[in-house]
Amino acid sequence: MLHLNKGASAALIVGLLSSTAAFADQRVLNYYADYDAIPLAAMEALIADFEAANPDIDVVLQNFDHEGYKTAIRNFLTTDAPDLANWYAGNRMAPFVESGQFMDVSDVWADNGLNESLGSALASMTIDGKQWGIPYTYYQWGIYYNKDAYAAVGAEVPTTWDEFVANCEKFAAAGIDCLTTGTSALWPGAGIFDYLDLRTNGYEYHMDLTSGKIAWTDEGVRNTFAEWAKVQPYITANHAAIDWQDAAALLVQGKAANYVMGNFAVGVFKQGGMTNDNLGFMPFPTINPDVARAEEAPTDTIHIPSGATNVEDAKTFLAFIASADAQTKLNAAIGQLPINSGSTVAADDPFISAGFELLSTTPGGIAQFFDRDAPAEMAKIGMEGFQEFMVLPENLDAILERLEAARQRIYN
Amino acid sequence: MFPRPIEKSSPAVRTLYKVALPVALLLWLFPLLGVALTSLRPASDLAMGNYFGIPSSIAFSNYADVFNNSPIGQYILNSFKVTIPTVIGTLVLSCMTGFALGIYRFRGNIIVFFLFVAGNFVPFQILMVPVRDLTYNLGLYNTTGGLALFHIAFQTGFCTLFMRNFIAALPRELIEAARVEGVAEWRIFWYIVLPLMRPAIAALSVLVFTFIWNDFFWATVLTTSASTQPVTAGLSSLNGQWIAAWHLVSAGSIVAALPPVLMFFLMQKHFIAGLTLGAVK
Amino acid sequence: MATTETPNRSWWHRNQQTLTPLLFLAPGLLMFAVYVVWPIFSSFRLSLYDYDGLGRKVWLGLANYRELFADRAFKTSLKNNVIWLVLYMLAVPAGLAIAIFLNQTVRGIRIYKSLFFFPFVISQVVVGLMFAWFYAPNFGLLYKLIEMVTGKGIAVLADPHLATYGIIAAGLWPQIAYCMILDLTGLNNVAPDQIEAARLDGAKGLKMLWYVILPQLRPATFIAVVVTVIGALRSFDLVSIMTNGGPFGSTRVLSYYMYEQALSEYGYRMGYGAAIAVVLFGIMMIFISGFIWKMVRDERGAR
Repeated sequence: MLHLNKGASAALIVGLLSSTAAFADQRVLNYYADYDAIPLAAMEALIADFEAANPDIDVVLQNFDHEGYKTAIRNFLTTDAPDLANWYAGNRMAPFVESGQFMDVSDVWADNGLNESLGSALASMTIDGKQWGIPYTYYQWGIYYNKDAYAAVGAEVPTTWDEFVANCEKFAAAGIDCLTTGTSALWPGAGIFDYLDLRTNGYEYHMDLTSGKIAWTDEGVRNTFAEWAKVQPYITANHAAIDWQDAAALLVQGKAANYVMGNFAVGVFKQGGMTNDNLGFMPFPTINPDVARAEEAPTDTIHIPSGATNVEDAKTFLAFIASADAQTKLNAAIGQLPINSGSTVAADDPFISAGFELLSTTPGGIAQFFDRDAPAEMAKIGMEGFQEFMVLPENLDAILERLEAARQRIYN
Repeated sequence: MFPRPIEKSSPAVRTLYKVALPVALLLWLFPLLGVALTSLRPASDLAMGNYFGIPSSIAFSNYADVFNNSPIGQYILNSFKVTIPTVIGTLVLSCMTGFALGIYRFRGNIIVFFLFVAGNFVPFQILMVPVRDLTYNLGLYNTTGGLALFHIAFQTGFCTLFMRNFIAALPRELIEAARVEGVAEWRIFWYIVLPLMRPAIAALSVLVFTFIWNDFFWATVLTTSASTQPVTAGLSSLNGQWIAAWHLVSAGSIVAALPPVLMFFLMQKHFIAGLTLGAVK
Repeated sequence: MATTETPNRSWWHRNQQTLTPLLFLAPGLLMFAVYVVWPIFSSFRLSLYDYDGLGRKVWLGLANYRELFADRAFKTSLKNNVIWLVLYMLAVPAGLAIAIFLNQTVRGIRIYKSLFFFPFVISQVVVGLMFAWFYAPNFGLLYKLIEMVTGKGIAVLADPHLATYGIIAAGLWPQIAYCMILDLTGLNNVAPDQIEAARLDGAKGLKMLWYVILPQLRPATFIAVVVTVIGALRSFDLVSIMTNGGPFGSTRVLSYYMYEQALSEYGYRMGYGAAIAVVLFGIMMIFISGFIWKMVRDERGAR
């Protein structure tokens, strides 16, 4: 119904005249989402499949601008709730769960055996022992690197943090930024912090920290920053004024060697002219060999608002989206990873396969990313602190005290 | 005249002045010229680091790209959908309030007048949350109409100040004479005062058009999607997508700036008359 | 006017002098009351609550304000607002200087005047983008120029000590243009006989400016100061476009911080945001009451 041309409207009139009865049984399922162009097309294809399998359900997707959606959801949940709505896993959904805006969908999980098939995301979808939505995609984070830059200075791809830091000397001597980032929008810096903390203190500690149970002045946090200080001099100097895409350009041009990023950046690297031959991916190196390897994989989710009118069909839709086939198809189209363990990924994309391998074998746990694991306010203050530390590392004590003061206020 | 007219100076000073003028202008408009040039530079130049050299070709295609690959056409349409109703609504309301405050002496006249004046100076942020809630409750959140409605109300304050002073300066004899003739008050407004207000209406329509076109804050607060956002807010979100594509950002900026700039150059006299109201005794 | 009118009509007739202004004022005043006056009070009330736009409003009393006093980001914003106010005032003399420079009658001067003025017509969003490009690290024009002179470029917006000044410079550009046009109009209306008389007395240059011209430019200067103060306190657009308050909050101003707290991705503390807005309103009130007081005095003098 998006494109009503003459033929279609004629058909519509004929349809209205002849078969009103056929339409009367159709139940509408309103779905609010915030897809960019490519995921939108992928989801529309999936909805078509769903409608074909369930001819009596008509899914009406209303797509919002990605940024505007974050504001809009707070309004529509209370005033004109759809039957389905996009959001994120982890602490990011906590405000909506706690204020009773999302519906408990534990039965969908139980009835469809999702506790096993979506097991890797179970923890991040659970609050108070119940599940509040269905995850349909995620993507790995790690270090993307320029193979040519490594070859130029004769450095080996590191597996431990000490090797990584030692390489930085070599890159610096050649005038190459060992580690690049663009923190104009703050969040890229949090990726570095998350991994340093996961590798130094482990998943449990990191989760306790982001959920406010550990003081920011704790010894463990200081240890994390001590590791960060080792590479701080080798980070791109003006990162605070550039966006993540600008930093990606530095990696493409060989002016930078390593970049802690999410897999979505591959598209940007390749647009800049990199290929599978000179773009590399490595898991974040080991810092403390005694902690289990944990990874970062932000998960996107679909929820049923408490104000939904067609709950029954909404649950049918969630079960469909959770299925292995649906997740395979959707993620193949958008170049991300399915969560359902029965799904498959394209074997010819080295980054997708590496990510699938990395996440499905993670012993430690999967973090959502700092701005989803920590409450929004803490996330903002924290990420500002990370950015400040990368510019002015001597301010560390003041930064940690500030974060600790914020923690005591925000989590109480 | 101050300073002393340059014609009375020595030829050397005169020549110096005539050289200094274009040089000063060039320096003054430096950022603008840079952006204008970048908007015509092919993307390949930027990729190769040729930011300031001679462009390898003139790429009008940047402008075509901006229109074809982004919703900027829709944004501009939205800007018109907000700006034009605001100009009309504001002028209608402020002609009336200006008439009421400029012609009649009643108790509270000056208080109402200064209420309007003071409202102009209020920081937007103190209105933000309530106005957003109000717009939402009216069902007008994320619509051009909701945005225009707020603008009408707020700009009425500024325009009342202008209109009232303009009307108060009209010769009172005209109105007194009409009253003696027994002309109804609303007819005085319609047939006598309104025709005399034409210059004020022209000045204010140009000014309000520019203010509203350039508004960014309220556009961000009251609209969220590409189908409703005016071009200022749209440009800001495009800037997020066009990172490192300065040829597109530049072309988009120029397109967004064009309507008020055209308005200014076409209606310069009215524009400056409106802006400098009160700058002379 | 026929005499066969209903008594109703003649009642209207007798009272139309009183009723007309009320009817004419009503729509405008109503809109203004609903969208401007009432929200001010509403924000004051909201600043005493904890409210995230979702749950219930929780009464806090003055706790939001107490928190403000300990909030480092608030102090930074306040400090930056003071810097903005002080430096923005440069627009007044700078505008006057350009106005004097341009106040000649050589050929083509009108075009020059319009072109000098025209930064003011451009949206602040576009001005912000232009200067962001001008300052951009690695390829920005200013960065390159500094690199050429000193050998090492400076990324103005990446440096927490410089970024605010960089944004203010961008803001001054249109503001100077505005002040210039006010002064040009003012200069046009300076009484020529007074200038001639002063010239005969031997006054010229700065002395003439100070004793003869400036006193006559007072109305223009007054408006220039008013619009500059308001412009400085409303500095939202440029901060939002150029730095989003960063690096690490060093370029925040109250207007931006309020928005950030109340409505941004990481915000939704509407009560706290309202408290910031109330403080900003208070600062503005100091200036507003000064301006209004002067305007009321002029008004009384005119009657």
